[in-house]
Amino acid sequence: MSPAFQDQAAIWWPFVFILLAGAIPTDIWRWLGVMAGNRIDENSEPLRWIKAVATALIAGVIGKLILFPTGSLAEASLALRVGSAAVGTGAFFLGGKSVFVGVLAGEAVFIAGWLANS
Amino acid sequence: MEEGRLPDALFGWGPMEPESQSSDRNAAEWFASGAAGIASIPALILMTSFAGFGVFCRESGLTLAQSLFMTVTMWALPSKVVLVSAIGAGAGAAATGLAVALASIRLMPMVASWVPLVRGPETPKWQLYGLSHFVAITSWVFAALHLPKLPREARVPYFAGFALVLISVNCVVVAVSFVSVSKLPVVMAAALFFLTPLYFLTALIAAARIPAEAYAMGAGLVLGPLLFWLNVPLDLLWVGLLGGTGAYLAGRWQRRLQGQARARRPDEP
Repeated sequence: MSPAFQDQAAIWWPFVFILLAGAIPTDIWRWLGVMAGNRIDENSEPLRWIKAVATALIAGVIGKLILFPTGSLAEASLALRVGSAAVGTGAFFLGGKSVFVGVLAGEAVFIAGWLANS
Repeated sequence: MEEGRLPDALFGWGPMEPESQSSDRNAAEWFASGAAGIASIPALILMTSFAGFGVFCRESGLTLAQSLFMTVTMWALPSKVVLVSAIGAGAGAAATGLAVALASIRLMPMVASWVPLVRGPETPKWQLYGLSHFVAITSWVFAALHLPKLPREARVPYFAGFALVLISVNCVVVAVSFVSVSKLPVVMAAALFFLTPLYFLTALIAAARIPAEAYAMGAGLVLGPLLFWLNVPLDLLWVGLLGGTGAYLAGRWQRRLQGQARARRPDEP
């Protein structure tokens, strides 16, 4: 069982953890990208699968954050979180796939909804 | 690079200054030009999402030093969010590394397509390896939109200027949001925290270029909370592998159906 972030009391352990479990798994793909240097076919089957896996994983994190948040976000009701996310997504599409519009709308609804209930 | 298929609407960069003809500038001036890209809506969006990230880190129990260290050594927000999420769940180093690796695979094709854009005629490999550290979605789109218009010798300093300013400014943003969370009313802290999922939700949708990615988003949004709720160990890994593979197969099946539909109408192009 490999050690967790919180396991060791040494002050340098979290940083080693971040390097080993965070920085290297991230940068290694960048280095491989430099090595491959555009000999990669964007439309190849393996790459389609890779994009799907990475997208699903990140979407999983988002889903967890919205439905099972920690900290201050947890004080917002489930309806508020899901509702704001839905409105934000809708506004994103209405704004012509604009992240700016989506984030603005979602945040506005979130804050308004929170204040309306407090 | 298929420029026409870039998610242009994702980023509000309009045409920037047409510097392509003035090759009498030196590297420092190109660096400064690139750095000026910080004054743009996409950079602003990134900064707000980093503000959300600062809050996310703090509320996951990280220290400011750890959050900044993560920002500097990893830079890519999706990878960092997966790392913080795994840390918060108490995962071991191996499982966490695997989850971060899976989430970061996208960086390889991104960097691979970025290399021919940024390299000058005599750019040494070490500069490419070094600069590649700063490739993430925002800087990659920046490169794709602006570098082709520049003379070759300008591209490395131009990109370096933008990338370094972007990471420096966002370190400050993380620090400020991290530190000020405790002094903010709870609604603001929660709203900043909410930026992270909200930003990713819209940005991922905008960046999806093949149907499989859209299916993957849906699968992930459902499976993520589900596997977590069921207390499945290594849940993020399973979400990625199961959801992603399922989405890939669905996309492939869809392509086959479309191919068959086209084959049945041989008269149409």
